[in-house]
Amino acid sequence: MADSGSEEIAVIGNTDLTPSESENNLKNTMVEKGTSLLKMMEISVAEAEKRTGKNAVNMQETYTVYLIETRPVDAASEGTNPVPDSLWRRYSEFELLRNYLLVTYPFSVVPPLPEKRAEFVWHKLSADNMDPDFVERRRVGLENFLLRVASHPDLSSDKIFYSFLTEENGWKETVFETGFQAKADSRLKALNATFRVKNPDKRFAEMKHYGDELQSVISQLLRVRARAADRLYGVYKVHGNYGRVFSEWSAIEKEMGDGLQSAGHHMDAYAASVDDILEEEEHYADQLKEYLFYADALRAVCRKHELTQYELEMAAQDLTSKKQQREELATGTIRTFSLKGMTSKLFGQETPEQREAKVKMLETQIEEGEELVKERNTECEEFVKSAWVDIERFKEQKDHDLREALISYAIMQISMCKKGIQVWNNAKECFSKM
Amino acid sequence: MSAMSAGAPRSLASSGQKSIQDILHPLSAEESALNPGSAAEKDLILPNGTPVDTSSPASSSSLLNRLQLDDDLDGETRDLFVTVDDPKKHVSTMETYITYRVCTKTTRTEFDLPEYTVRRRYQDFDWLRNKLEESQPTHLIPPLPEKFVMKGVVDRFSEEFVETRRKALDKFLKRVADHPVLSFNEHFNAFLSAKDLNKRQGLALLTKMGESVKYVTGGYKLRARPVEFAAMGDYLDLFTQKLGTIDRIAQRIIKEQSEFLMELREYGPVYSSWSSFEEDLHDPLEGVSGCVSNCSSALEELTEDMSEDFLPVLREYVLYIESMKNVLKKRDQVQAEYETKLEAVVFREDKKTPVPTDVEKCQDRVECFNADLKADWDRWENNKRQDFRQLLTGMADKNIQYYEKCLAAWESLIPVLQDKQEAEGETS
Repeated sequence: MADSGSEEIAVIGNTDLTPSESENNLKNTMVEKGTSLLKMMEISVAEAEKRTGKNAVNMQETYTVYLIETRPVDAASEGTNPVPDSLWRRYSEFELLRNYLLVTYPFSVVPPLPEKRAEFVWHKLSADNMDPDFVERRRVGLENFLLRVASHPDLSSDKIFYSFLTEENGWKETVFETGFQAKADSRLKALNATFRVKNPDKRFAEMKHYGDELQSVISQLLRVRARAADRLYGVYKVHGNYGRVFSEWSAIEKEMGDGLQSAGHHMDAYAASVDDILEEEEHYADQLKEYLFYADALRAVCRKHELTQYELEMAAQDLTSKKQQREELATGTIRTFSLKGMTSKLFGQETPEQREAKVKMLETQIEEGEELVKERNTECEEFVKSAWVDIERFKEQKDHDLREALISYAIMQISMCKKGIQVWNNAKECFSKM
Repeated sequence: MSAMSAGAPRSLASSGQKSIQDILHPLSAEESALNPGSAAEKDLILPNGTPVDTSSPASSSSLLNRLQLDDDLDGETRDLFVTVDDPKKHVSTMETYITYRVCTKTTRTEFDLPEYTVRRRYQDFDWLRNKLEESQPTHLIPPLPEKFVMKGVVDRFSEEFVETRRKALDKFLKRVADHPVLSFNEHFNAFLSAKDLNKRQGLALLTKMGESVKYVTGGYKLRARPVEFAAMGDYLDLFTQKLGTIDRIAQRIIKEQSEFLMELREYGPVYSSWSSFEEDLHDPLEGVSGCVSNCSSALEELTEDMSEDFLPVLREYVLYIESMKNVLKKRDQVQAEYETKLEAVVFREDKKTPVPTDVEKCQDRVECFNADLKADWDRWENNKRQDFRQLLTGMADKNIQYYEKCLAAWESLIPVLQDKQEAEGETS
């Protein structure tokens, strides 16, 4: 279990990052270092590049590929620093990996990918997938995804995941060979269907409800935050106009000129400072988005529980009905409606031999039914056990991560306030020298 | 700091470098009446950074502090102190209006008593200013706050509006009181001392009607405007432009801030509703909600302050400049009249008759006007410099205070956010 491991923060080496970006990664990737895969290797998504090529319908397309670097942990600590192994993957391959994990580990809250399309954008942010800022934030998000999977007690030991990180060629074929898609189809279909479960585990019902609420509230938060960011941008930028007018004004003044001119420079600096401020805030938005998508993953697990419970109930129901039928045949009473019952009523009783055969068939079916119920019951119980363990793990992770996110958000706000105080103090000094 | 123009009459101290928070006159009424509760909250700081001691208006150290405000005091003592305070609403059958208390303390012999307390309304101030303009046409008369306010847009009886107006009226009287010529004007005297100004208004109107006629000239063409006055006019034109731009920028900022505020007021509560279905995260999320709420209030204060203190002063100046340009025009007219009359005389010079007295009078008028205007211009430049230093420093201060309030809110949140972490750290 991951909890037995230490709670150090994994520092992922990425020489291409600036100190602030490294720091961001640090804040972004709160993963535990005790799990199997991360013990062995360092993982990072170091770069992004544009490629052009022909797509499935033989049309030219431009897409982005991301460089995944892996390096054995020991090598780094020995100080030798060898060149990491690396391969390029595009977003669709990450999606494929995740879908595989979703199907193969239905009881796990599978970490989400960064968003496919830019949402909750405010006006200055581009909604364009090729925009360098978007690509950069996606790179960070993809790295985060890999680290989360690599630190997950169940997912990290998956072979397909390992080969995703290490085998450039033929990985796709390997995934398809697992036949997960067949399972995916039936399961996805079931997940989308509506069905009523008579006795769901209360905890899962509550978790599903929680997932709904979390998704709703984070969406709202992101929407309003984006609008607020827009407004804040406006406030800061208009102050730049002061810079210009102070400059013009200083030209017609004698003694007041110098003070005005330098104050104007500070106003320009103030206006320019908003870009960095909002870029940092975007990082906070990304952290929230991750949990927005996590809510979905959580709900998927709850839904899966409902499905297994439903299948168990269906099997049990079927078994009960078959047993009843047997009883009826034995006692001659018809309590359950069956076509055979009706026809025998209409066309007369069947012969003892026919009855014998029917009873025998039912007995077989009942045996099979009991096996099925046992199977499904076990499935259900095991699912509940494994899923609840992962949900508890997820809850702790969520509480920890979101708390960290709020702390770094507060620190951001503090930094913004301090910068504001500094700029206005500088301006004030200039004004007082007018 | 300010240079005294040599030869011009020694100008008395200006109304002083008040901070936007309005440093009170040494002998003014109780602070509590003027700024209820504000003295404790707001730190009054002189532009040179030293805090003003407002503990007791009459304490000698605070008195000294206040006197040190005016660099051009130079040991000369003021002998006329005026304040405007205590706004009161009057409701009559005909109308509702506000009156202000005007307190005067003086040792001048032109006044019968050493102290006066009268009540005046805006109309009265307006009357005074018109009288001053009429009777002292060669001087720059300080501006009044705007006369007309759009009903329905601005609440004429709101505390904020009344307070803004009071400050402007106070500044107006102080400037007149500090003016070496205007402060001796009889209308000013009447304004400060007469029990019933209406009667005096009537009398004054009757006796002084002729005075203004003197300077109402017109139709003369000006040959060459002296460079310094042309420069004044040009400067005023450009300055008005810049003020207009600054006004627009300030308004735009207030608008953007108000819209930002609207979003914040929606943003904070979302954290609250989130906290309602979280356990561990309940307190941190509530904390963030509270923080955002505090920042919202601080922002609201900032925008209100800018609307109430910053914009009106800008507009005042634009009006001031308008009246100054009128004075410059009058000066041009006086000069034009003189030039025209002089030309006519020179034309007939071959008769060797002495220069007619009215041409001499014109020359006198021109020279007096020029001298008065130059002196007033210097005074105006000083005042302008102080006013804008104060105004802009005040703007900076307001923004600093806003950020400091937000900073305090977020900093106090950090321990709340980290609370559980430390507990976890101890148990692990």
